[in-house]
Amino acid sequence: MALPQAKQTATEARLAALTMPDAGCTRGAREDALARVLESGLPGRRDEYWKYTQPDSLISAEALPAAVFVNDEPVLFNDLDRLKIVFVDGVFSAEESDELSLDGVKIDRIEDICCKDIHWAKDLYGVLEARGQSPVQRPLAALNTAFASDGVAIHVTGKPSKPINLIYRHASPTSDAILHHVIRVESGAEVTILESGPAASRFNKCMEIEIADKGTLHHVRAQGRDHERRAATHMFTRLGAESVYKSFTLTANGVLTRNEQVVELTGDNAVAHVAGACVGDGDFHHDDTVFITHDAVNCESRQVFKKVLRNGATGVFQGKILVKEGAQKTDGYQISQSLLLDDDSQFLAKPELEIYADDVACSHGSTSGAIDETALFYLRSRGVPVKDATNMLTLAFLAEAVDEIEDNALADEIVSRLEGWLARRS
Amino acid sequence: MLEIKNLHVQLEEEDKQILKGVDLTVEAGKVHAIMGPNGSGKSTLSYVLSGRDGYEVTEGSATLDGQDLLEMEPEERAAAGVFLAFQYPVEIPGVGNMTFLRTAVNAQRKARGEEELSAADFLKEVRGKAKTLKIDADMLKRPVNVGFSGGEKKRNEILQMAMLEPKMCIMDETDSGLDVDAMKLVAEGVNALRDEGRGFLVITHYQRLLDHIKPDVVHIMADGRIVKTGGPDLALEVENNGYADILAEVN
Ligand SMILES: Nc1ncnc2c1ncn2[C@@H]1O[C@H](COP(=O)(O)OP(=O)(O)O)[C@@H](O)[C@H]1O
Ligand SMILES: [Mg+2]
Repeated sequence: MALPQAKQTATEARLAALTMPDAGCTRGAREDALARVLESGLPGRRDEYWKYTQPDSLISAEALPAAVFVNDEPVLFNDLDRLKIVFVDGVFSAEESDELSLDGVKIDRIEDICCKDIHWAKDLYGVLEARGQSPVQRPLAALNTAFASDGVAIHVTGKPSKPINLIYRHASPTSDAILHHVIRVESGAEVTILESGPAASRFNKCMEIEIADKGTLHHVRAQGRDHERRAATHMFTRLGAESVYKSFTLTANGVLTRNEQVVELTGDNAVAHVAGACVGDGDFHHDDTVFITHDAVNCESRQVFKKVLRNGATGVFQGKILVKEGAQKTDGYQISQSLLLDDDSQFLAKPELEIYADDVACSHGSTSGAIDETALFYLRSRGVPVKDATNMLTLAFLAEAVDEIEDNALADEIVSRLEGWLARRS
Repeated sequence: MLEIKNLHVQLEEEDKQILKGVDLTVEAGKVHAIMGPNGSGKSTLSYVLSGRDGYEVTEGSATLDGQDLLEMEPEERAAAGVFLAFQYPVEIPGVGNMTFLRTAVNAQRKARGEEELSAADFLKEVRGKAKTLKIDADMLKRPVNVGFSGGEKKRNEILQMAMLEPKMCIMDETDSGLDVDAMKLVAEGVNALRDEGRGFLVITHYQRLLDHIKPDVVHIMADGRIVKTGGPDLALEVENNGYADILAEVN
């Protein structure tokens, strides 16, 4: 079927600005992905899935410039023992990175998986992304698979002693980065992946994660403080039996963010939690789009998303739980809430449940509200100044999402960033 | 210490007069009780003194040691020494009781130009005071008032009062919903705070709290005014005969 003219034109314009890397064994996956892009076209304003978020600046041929933000805070996760993998404007920096070696894990650059003949990575690259195109198309992820210029393949075979931190440094105001990572967690293995930084003026990131039976992956991400940057990210995660995936994202600032999480529970007793806390002020549009498919028995999924919005900021949540036939004893929970600090800000939510099994417990809720005046007065009547009281209540609002981070040190870091953000606005 | 003169208050939202000229003076070291039928304006008085939004003072004044309370923000009033034990203590999910208490204590100290309490000193003090009120460590760790029973909430109010050491303690029906044991605990907590420099305004429906917290002066409030003032005997009179006689007498 022919695409609408506007979509066709926009897609062609974007593709004309890109060159497929000369990528050996991923070439096939990339060609297939390009075919998916050509078939669906890039997202347009009229697409149902982009009803609340305008994709124009994410698909334009050139990225809009974004000033590099000079962060005066201590570097995130700096006090933690971690293995650093640094990308500057989307290009791997061996100089700034640690040596990519750590017990229990093997790390390679995507461009090396062919010459090193890393089978699992070749077999994963583009596969979960392709699966994630149905029932909803995600053309920006396909575009990523086709044109990603860098990324890492992380093979977790044991329990590495420290987290792996992908650090995305933004250095040029005109940078436009496409990164693609693949991660495989073997049976019984366990890893923590951290992501930090804005990456580029425009960032398209795709991460494909395969967690084998009894594997565990913790993911904590913070998307930097740059105000003008734009990002479209996709995380595709497939879980085996008794495996665990827990992901948390902090987004503070950023003019446009679309974070998609596509999770498939394919083995019995698997657990997937995806959470996010976002704080936006002014020219800020933040979209969490989540699709969780239960395709096995007795799995648990949780979606906990909290957004604090002020000065005309916009928050979007599209979250779906799909329970397939036979996925009995599914326990699905979804909550999305916004705290609007003024009348100019808005929260748009589309929670969805689609259930084809009869023995399931799924709940979802979405709310939007202001600071609780009664609680505020209570705090003030005890002597807490109004700004501090408001900040306390705001942090309390975000707590349910932050509590999804299991590691206390990581959670504390995230809370300190949120406190900083609030304090700068008091 | 607390001086309320001819206080007239109406609701901001609707044109409804609630306090219609309240005159009341609480001296340092004294316990004043206010009794009165439901809807007479007792809670309104306590809220107006502590600075809650939604009320408009149309006439009169309220001062604490000469400072105009009505001009101050709620947190300034707190730092100046006003404390309200709420009739309905507020649940605040996500804010730990301990964090809340420490923030409050230190905010007041800071506002008064005093040094903040160290974490260790604070902990020591709060544990000691919590113990006498039979508040266990678990309650201190939980979010403010969340999942607390009625009695626990009221004891938590008294704990806050004990930690903040206010000059002027206003207690709004702290006895309601308490069983006899809990009421004794609360009364003991209050009596421990009685001090020459501290005034109390105890709002209550029943005489029984006043058996434990002996008032110096008892006021009867009706329809937005103090209609009668007397000694502790006045509370007994209410207990025995209800409000009808007194109200008939003043009308
Ligand atoms: N915020 C409010 N909105 C509407 N009516 C109010 C409000 N606050 C107080 N009132 C009214 O004012 C009167 C006094 O109430 P209140 O001060 O709670 O009395 P008391 O504590 O003596 O029972 C009642 O008629 C009550 O309904
Ligand atoms: Mg009342």
